[in-house]
Amino acid sequence: MVKASTFTLVGQRDDIPRLGSRRVRTPAGEIALFRTSDDKVFALRNECPHKKGPLSEGIVHGHSVTCPLHNWVISLETGEAQGADTGCTGKLAVEVRDDGSIYLAIPSGMAEAAVA
Amino acid sequence: MSFFTSPSFHRHPWTSQVEATMTKSKKPRLVIVGNGMAGIRTLEELLKRAPDTYDVTVFGQEPRLNYNRIMLSPILAGEKAYQDIILNDWDWYEANNIRLHAGDPVIGIDQKHGFVFSAAGRKVPYDKLLLATGSEPIVIPVPGHKKEGVITFRDMKDVETMIDGAGRLQHAVVIGGGLLGLEAAYGLSTLGMKVTVLHLAPHLMERQLDIAAGTLLKQELERRGLDIILEADTAEITGGDHVEGVTLKDGRSFPADLVVMAVGIRPNTWLARSHGLATGRGVQVDDHMITSNPDILAIGECVEHRGLCYGLVAPIWDMARAAADTLAGSDGKGYQGSAISTKLKVTGVDLFSGGDFSGGKGTEDIVFRDAARGVYKRLVVKKDRLIGAVLYGDTGDGPWYFQMIKDGTDISPLRGTMVFGQGFEEGALSDPFKAVADLPADAEICGCNGVCKGTIQTAITEGGLTSLAEVRAQTKASSSCGSCTGLVEKLIGFTLGDGYVADSGPKPLCGCTALDHGEVRRLIVAKGIKDIPSVFQALEWRTPDGCHTCRPAVNYYLLCAWPGEYQDDARARFINERVHANIQKDGTYSVVPRMWAGVTSAKELRAIADVVDKFNIPTVKVTGGQRIDLLGIKKDDLTAVWADLGAAGMVSGHAYGKSLRTVKTCVGTDWCRFGTQDSTGLGVKLEHATWGSWMPHKFKMAVSGCPRNCAEATIKDFGIVCVDSGYELHVGGNGGIHVRATDLLCKVTTEEEAIEYCMAFIQMYREEAWYLERTAPWIERVGIDHIRDRLTSDSEARIKLRDRFLLSQKDAQDDPWAARANGMDAHEYQPLVTIG
Ligand code: SRM
Ligand SMILES: Cc1cc2nc3c(=O)[nH]c(=O)nc-3n(C[C@H](O)[C@H](O)[C@H](O)COP(=O)(O)OP(=O)(O)OC[C@H]3O[C@@H](n4cnc5c(N)ncnc54)[C@H](O)[C@@H]3O)c2cc1C
Ligand code: SF4
Ligand code: FES
Repeated sequence: MVKASTFTLVGQRDDIPRLGSRRVRTPAGEIALFRTSDDKVFALRNECPHKKGPLSEGIVHGHSVTCPLHNWVISLETGEAQGADTGCTGKLAVEVRDDGSIYLAIPSGMAEAAVA
Repeated sequence: MSFFTSPSFHRHPWTSQVEATMTKSKKPRLVIVGNGMAGIRTLEELLKRAPDTYDVTVFGQEPRLNYNRIMLSPILAGEKAYQDIILNDWDWYEANNIRLHAGDPVIGIDQKHGFVFSAAGRKVPYDKLLLATGSEPIVIPVPGHKKEGVITFRDMKDVETMIDGAGRLQHAVVIGGGLLGLEAAYGLSTLGMKVTVLHLAPHLMERQLDIAAGTLLKQELERRGLDIILEADTAEITGGDHVEGVTLKDGRSFPADLVVMAVGIRPNTWLARSHGLATGRGVQVDDHMITSNPDILAIGECVEHRGLCYGLVAPIWDMARAAADTLAGSDGKGYQGSAISTKLKVTGVDLFSGGDFSGGKGTEDIVFRDAARGVYKRLVVKKDRLIGAVLYGDTGDGPWYFQMIKDGTDISPLRGTMVFGQGFEEGALSDPFKAVADLPADAEICGCNGVCKGTIQTAITEGGLTSLAEVRAQTKASSSCGSCTGLVEKLIGFTLGDGYVADSGPKPLCGCTALDHGEVRRLIVAKGIKDIPSVFQALEWRTPDGCHTCRPAVNYYLLCAWPGEYQDDARARFINERVHANIQKDGTYSVVPRMWAGVTSAKELRAIADVVDKFNIPTVKVTGGQRIDLLGIKKDDLTAVWADLGAAGMVSGHAYGKSLRTVKTCVGTDWCRFGTQDSTGLGVKLEHATWGSWMPHKFKMAVSGCPRNCAEATIKDFGIVCVDSGYELHVGGNGGIHVRATDLLCKVTTEEEAIEYCMAFIQMYREEAWYLERTAPWIERVGIDHIRDRLTSDSEARIKLRDRFLLSQKDAQDDPWAARANGMDAHEYQPLVTIG
């Protein structure tokens, strides 16, 4: 079952470089936020399904990111490995408001209190 | 009128032979009027269905073989020759026993007795008659329209006139800014004429484009030197016998030695009309391409079907199938009409339009623009169906949209993102075959030749085809305008899986482009392209922002091509080069400060010891490159570690970079009893001269003090072995995966020369090798003689390379650690936020 989650303000879209990424640190591990060239924002658990490589450090292209450790390509939309590789990392819901603020759905239990 | 005069064309020897053998046959007789694209295509389809059924005679007004009319534009632009566009050669007619009377138009039909009459006096009986007379260009009857030098753009003869005129004349005026007019204008201007386009409507190609795309097109063509006058209503063509100018109704006038009228076409119905067949705008036919006389069929641009006339080839392929069914006596579903799409054949201008984009009631627009990339896309949606699309600048998704228009696909689930294209839509950027895999078997891949996906796949699997060239030869797909080449290649790759080896020649840089490293490098310089988005735009990348393979490569090529000018793109750097440290398997980093030529000091070692304590660095190790590696540093600590190391005078060792790594040395004359030269000192000088330089791959050097070679100089990218009489310079060594000993480049006598050669060699490597190609494979590829030619035989070339290296070093020798310790790129090192 999916745990209930709360939308938490984590920053502004412009804090993330286009085709880049930022990390959100939580007690239960890091979340990687990505911004694509078409200005969409995606959130994945910052762990490659292969050997836990930090996806936030990868090269973003289209709606995918290439893991920096062994070049697996992970879909930002689903968290799934593309092509011949299989595996999936957790995907989190994000919402970007009109003023550019990013709200992240952090599953309860992942965060005790939120800092904006 | 030339139409009725007897042609001067001499008959091919075999024509009469076929005539002789075939008159005896009892087969029903089929006569085709028009040796053009529609008539012959029908014949091809018929031969596929029912070979040898008819005794066939073809009359053609043009004294030529059947050629690909749409390729007249590339011929005019000098991109093709007549030989390249012949669709069916003499052998084809002969092999299929087809009698061709080229250069002899049909001028009469006796429907009662079943005969046609030709201008040359032939009288040929028919059981079935197929009219495929095409259309004729409209000539606006303004005063002066009959002057010499006023022509149209319809056939090979017109093209010959234009090419001939361009050689002698200066000014051309093209009346009409539609598809044909612009292709004519572009062609004439490539031939060196000064071209003015006069267009009646307020924007170009108003039947195919909306105003936004029309405006972008105008700007682009003006950039290429065409003069374009909109809302230009021609009043008169002036001059004596020969044209001298064109005057508009508003009084403006333009000089002209050649006037091309390209204001539209009219179905060529003269023959049908004068013999009482039902005609409207065109010869009227039913779904089986039958005219008002059941023995007479008509096809192509001369027909009107369900009230519509067509001026493109795609509908003709559908009509040809229906007509062939009728002639073969098989009952197909007939011709159902066609949705049409358009491309403009002006090299480098990408535009696509399909379906109905006139807008209007109940329609909604989805628009995407990227001014910087010169991209405009407009999708017209009606009731959850895509009904029209106009694409400018990025037309890769044209076939995908067009398929949806034709299929009437329910687009409601795609609506939000479909304007970004199929790649975005399906997360397919990483799977290059997704796009073709998803197309149905009857999706048209090659519009010019009407070849669909299923046909190509069958040809590949049944014919054992493995290359683009073979697929072209077998199916004709991609053999005309070439704009579907990428799609066809993908289809071959998809069909063959691992069995596909791209056509001979170097491999494409990656799945985002068909170009190889060499071509990308060359085009960046040739076209003066100065940033990554423009490279992707100008070189027609298939993905919006490349991938992890091409972005770093293109970034490097730009950096190398435009030193001091190009702004490095952090987003095109692999993580190590972006944060200037090596990522480790657990996500921590290692830090390797430069230790010039392996020489260190108490001060440096003390500073290293201090940061190890201060930041709790778990491992300190001496590397294989004569310096010290600090491993297991947390990303958040990197900048502080660098600040401390920097305070003791240390800079980045670039252990992470495609750049100068280490210069290994031995102790040399300072201490060693065999040393012949100051190998340590020379190593320090070399490292100071070359550090910071970005290269295709990592680059390692070494200087050994004597031939005992303790610094292993003969397995380095550039190695020096000192001898009594000077310095032996070695290049192209590698101690890694495939060990390769160096080639001896030459011997020099002074340190200065050694350094000069070193810099020149590095610059040559920087400019010529492909990204991620180390010096060893590069030299294996180009040969050591090529390098010697430039560096040792040609001192002027060597000095120029050295100077270009020095120029690029001016901006390269800023310590990246110092800048980041001072706050640059802070977002790279700190989390956005910490929660909980
Ligand atoms: C640290 C070091 C091992 C050590 O503890 O000694 C090392 C560590 C790595 N080497 Fe190396 N190589 C190190 C000296 C060497 C040497 C010896 C030398 O330089 O004299 C070689 C053989 C010489 C040569 O390059 O020709 C060497 C041949 C390679 C290769 C194979 C290169 C090739 O062209 O075949 C790779 C793979 C690559 O670059 O693609 C590699 C790749 C790597 C990488 C970058 C693997 C990776 O991608 O993560 C390792 C990074 C470690 C890190 O995070 O710091 N390392 N590596 C050495 C660092 C030297 C330095 O001070 O900068
Ligand atoms: C410069 C140019 C560029 C084009 N570019 C494109 C493009 O990019 N894409 C596209 O889809 N379409 C393009 N077209 C249109 C395309 O060429 C036509 O749709 C196609 O050729 C029509 O085929 P058809 O057989 O009906 O007519 P045609 O190919 O014109 O063939 C008709 C033939 O019949 C002959 N004929 C006429 N009357 C008689 C008679 N009484 N007796 C004997 N012979 C006769 C004519 O001389 C002609 O050779 C272009 C056309 C031109 C001129
Ligand atoms: S040899 Fe080089 S690449 Fe291999 S484990 Fe050792 S350091 Fe890593
Ligand atoms: S950890 Fe991501 S590819 Fe191996």
